[in-house]
Amino acid sequence: MSYLHLAIISPLLFSVFIPIFYKKFIRIHTGWFVLPLPILLFIYFLSTIPKITNRQTVTETFNWIPSLGVNFTAKVDGLGLLFALLITGIGALVVFYSIYYLAKEKERLNTFYVYLLLFMGAMLGVVLSDNLIVMYAFWELTSFSSFLLIGYWHEREKSRYGAQKSMLITVFGGLAMLGGIILLYIMTGTFSITEIVAQSGDIFHHSLFLPALICVLLGAFTKSAQFPFYIWLPDAMEAPTPVSAYLHSATMVKAGIYLVARLTPVFGASSVWFWLVAGVGIITLIWGSVFAIRQTDLKGILAFSTVSQLGLIMSLLGVGSAALHYEALSENIFTVAITAAIFHLINHATFKGSLFMAAGIVDHETGTRDIRKLGGLMPFMPITFTISIIGAFSMAGLPPFNGFLSKEMFFTAMVRVTQMDIFNLETLGILFPVIAWVASVFTFIYSMILVFKTFTGKYQPEKLDKKPHEAPLGMLIPPVILISLVVIFGFFPNLLSESLISPAMAAILPSLLNAGGEFVVHISFWHGFTIELFMTLGVILLGITLYKTLPKWKRMYDLVPEKLSLFRFYDRLLEWSQSGSYKVTNKYMTGSIHSYLVYILAFFIFSLTVTLFWKDAFKLDTGNVSSIGIYEWVLAIFVVVGSISILFIKSRMTSIILLGAVGYTVSLFYVLFRAPDLALTQLVIETISVALFLVCFYHLPKLQRYETRMRFKLTNALISVGVGAVVTAIALSAHGNKLFEAISKYYVENTYEKAAGQNMVNVILVDFRGFDTLFEITVLAIASLGIYGMIKLRLNRRKES
Amino acid sequence: MEILMAFVIGILFMSATYLMLSKSLLRIIIGTGLLSHGAHLLILTMGGLKRGSAPLLGEHAEHYTDPLPQALILTAIVISFGVTAFFLVLAYRSYQELGTDNVEDMKGTEPND
Amino acid sequence: MKKTNNIILESAITLLLFFIVLFSVYIFTAGHYYPGGGFIGGLMTAGAIVLLLITYDIKTVQQILPVNYRIITAIGLLFAIGTSAGALFFDVPFLTHVFTHVDLPVLGDISLHTATLFDLGVYFVVVGVTMTIILTIGEDE
Repeated sequence: MSYLHLAIISPLLFSVFIPIFYKKFIRIHTGWFVLPLPILLFIYFLSTIPKITNRQTVTETFNWIPSLGVNFTAKVDGLGLLFALLITGIGALVVFYSIYYLAKEKERLNTFYVYLLLFMGAMLGVVLSDNLIVMYAFWELTSFSSFLLIGYWHEREKSRYGAQKSMLITVFGGLAMLGGIILLYIMTGTFSITEIVAQSGDIFHHSLFLPALICVLLGAFTKSAQFPFYIWLPDAMEAPTPVSAYLHSATMVKAGIYLVARLTPVFGASSVWFWLVAGVGIITLIWGSVFAIRQTDLKGILAFSTVSQLGLIMSLLGVGSAALHYEALSENIFTVAITAAIFHLINHATFKGSLFMAAGIVDHETGTRDIRKLGGLMPFMPITFTISIIGAFSMAGLPPFNGFLSKEMFFTAMVRVTQMDIFNLETLGILFPVIAWVASVFTFIYSMILVFKTFTGKYQPEKLDKKPHEAPLGMLIPPVILISLVVIFGFFPNLLSESLISPAMAAILPSLLNAGGEFVVHISFWHGFTIELFMTLGVILLGITLYKTLPKWKRMYDLVPEKLSLFRFYDRLLEWSQSGSYKVTNKYMTGSIHSYLVYILAFFIFSLTVTLFWKDAFKLDTGNVSSIGIYEWVLAIFVVVGSISILFIKSRMTSIILLGAVGYTVSLFYVLFRAPDLALTQLVIETISVALFLVCFYHLPKLQRYETRMRFKLTNALISVGVGAVVTAIALSAHGNKLFEAISKYYVENTYEKAAGQNMVNVILVDFRGFDTLFEITVLAIASLGIYGMIKLRLNRRKES
Repeated sequence: MEILMAFVIGILFMSATYLMLSKSLLRIIIGTGLLSHGAHLLILTMGGLKRGSAPLLGEHAEHYTDPLPQALILTAIVISFGVTAFFLVLAYRSYQELGTDNVEDMKGTEPND
Repeated sequence: MKKTNNIILESAITLLLFFIVLFSVYIFTAGHYYPGGGFIGGLMTAGAIVLLLITYDIKTVQQILPVNYRIITAIGLLFAIGTSAGALFFDVPFLTHVFTHVDLPVLGDISLHTATLFDLGVYFVVVGVTMTIILTIGEDE
């Protein structure tokens, strides 16, 4: 356990104290207690930057299940550090924002911050674990905490629906990813990412390579809301806005991006990887941007825009993986895609985070997020307007903000795809810049809608619940910090290139580096009159034209039938699977114990008979048997007669006594079979059970008048004869086949040596197999408490009534 | 002896199964009682019968019978006692509450309060 | 349970009970060497108390032995788990037992076991469970 491990799990540990803070300091907003933690963590991770910049990694191992190769190995490299800084940095701002957003009088703050810290710890675990199984565990924990946070206002129907949807889709992807992880383990024999990357060349032609690739990508695509799995993200907007800003735009949805980036060294050389990642990414990009325009909810627009921007980053990672095919680093012009992906990842977190916070302010201060009701808010909220316009311009790719720089680099990367000569890109490559350009036009349009429909136009006070006014200072500070980063990164883009972007690239494309080499990243404003510049100019011109004529062509969206949408498809699938499984279950779950027993016993007979024949195991061995004396015959006959006659007896009392008689005979068998402990126990137990049976039925008033319906049933008889025959066959075969020497010799030899006892049975019970006994007495205690509860609780209830 | 025991065990299992398939709750419980006797004897028979003296080192014998099945059975006897008692009280209580011993009649019965 | 009025049973029980309990304790302690142990000892003690219940009624027995058997069960579990977990303090696996040979003046060579403490837990649990079951059913009218 090192400081690094402590840093990862500290949010989880700290969350334990949140309810105490909430209860004890009711006057202070719980958020103030939470705030120091992400700030401290942020500083801690900042302090590792010099090390990372010097091409070092910080690796700490904590053995968890070493026998399975599952160890909690925490590793900080360029990529992990970038994400860790995002998680803790944005986390601190979001916590600060939430202090003003969530009123301490109305909300259940204790649960909110526990969930938020749970998420923070889980997310740090995802990006800093070097072991895939540990990463998977944290990955599912992020899905789980996201579920809890979306459903935070669980009294709302839509929150529950959104929470369930996100859970179903991301957990489906998570399980697929687990499958991929296990396939990777089968191929490489390790769960460690570092070791898998080292072996990546060897597994390329393995038959499981492709299935593993697809499974892992399913996990990444569901988490990062890629087409067609993006449908959970718009519904996740039911979460409180700080959560949307944090989980559903800046961090959690980028876990899929992280996974793709992390495993690029393993899978990146494959053409399937290129086409899936780049193709799905670019489809998501255009799909999200086109449908964002249709939204009327501010957060809805932001959700679709997040989907689209995630697609953008994903496509860049896909395109960048092609760089692995071009060796010489100095002339490798395709690594720019990876640079753009990382740079845009940071930029997106800054401008989208601030836009979400601004949307939250609008919602908080006007009572609605519907752009049809909003308008003309600029005079009331000048600061929020400034934040929004800078964020939106950055998102649209306008200079001088950081979004412009990464958008230019995105165009560069897409244009360079046409120069590639692998994977049929000579012909198909042209699609990438075209789709990218069209999507950028739509991105421009929805960015404009977001700002100008809200803050300019006609002010409609009659449609608003509250009188709008500027937000309190505390709510403005976090978005202002983020938006100033947007401007700073815009003017000084190379602030990050040495410290963060270059080390992160080294983690994604390690094979392109010679020992001690590094990626030289230089981002500049002015490239001259290049094709990218003309593309941007085209976007602006066409974008403005289309924005002005929006009402005319917006009707086109109505042409897309609602029934065919993916959202509807998901609902149908859910309904269908529910009703389908309900029908199937009702077919065989009849609620009658008789039918269940018939299933069990029929399966018992079937499986054991089949196994006996299959393995040719039935063997009658008449030699090597012990002798049968007169006592044994008598006892055997007694047991047989006793047990069969119970079947034909109507009286309860007689059957109980007969059961007792059989039990006593069995204890006599134990005497003959040299088992004194068993004989003693069985005798006493039998006495007490018969007493118990009689006591129970002594109290039943209608004992005599009770009629037993005893009808002979052929099926029952057949099944029971079958069970008897199978068990006899098993007993005979067990005697006939001696596959290995009995292990009893160990006990005979060691009872005195190791446990200083002489009664082997007792020594086995209390010493050699003490666990059995421990659990057994626990079961007994539970049974007795169950009995106590069944009888006493009802007495108490009667007393009350 | 092992072969004779195999048949005795088979008959115990057969009667137990037939009782468990009936509708009366009490007969089901008696069935489970018989079933556990059958299972115990089965484990014991599988380990071999009468191969030496009782597993007590004080006997100073050449061979001892296998102590492991005996330890397992001892655990099983006590557990089956606990389970039978639990079943019994369950039957007793449901008879009190529902006035029937027939499992088919109990199906889908709501508590009467 | 109904109050019975059986003089012979009552006087016989008062005598016999002592011996049965004594025998059950013997069976328990002898368990490591001869047939017996926590299970049988516990069951036999419980059997003795049941015999007492049959002779007198529940109320009388509760006056003679004012014991809450659920607590006995809990004490037993605590003993068993405590002895097992105690091993962890000596950096050996859960449930590791130790024993030592002691030479006492009159009794001679005797070995002392932590396993006996574990078995004592079993004994208490068995007594507690059996009596809880019987008493709850018996008290239910």
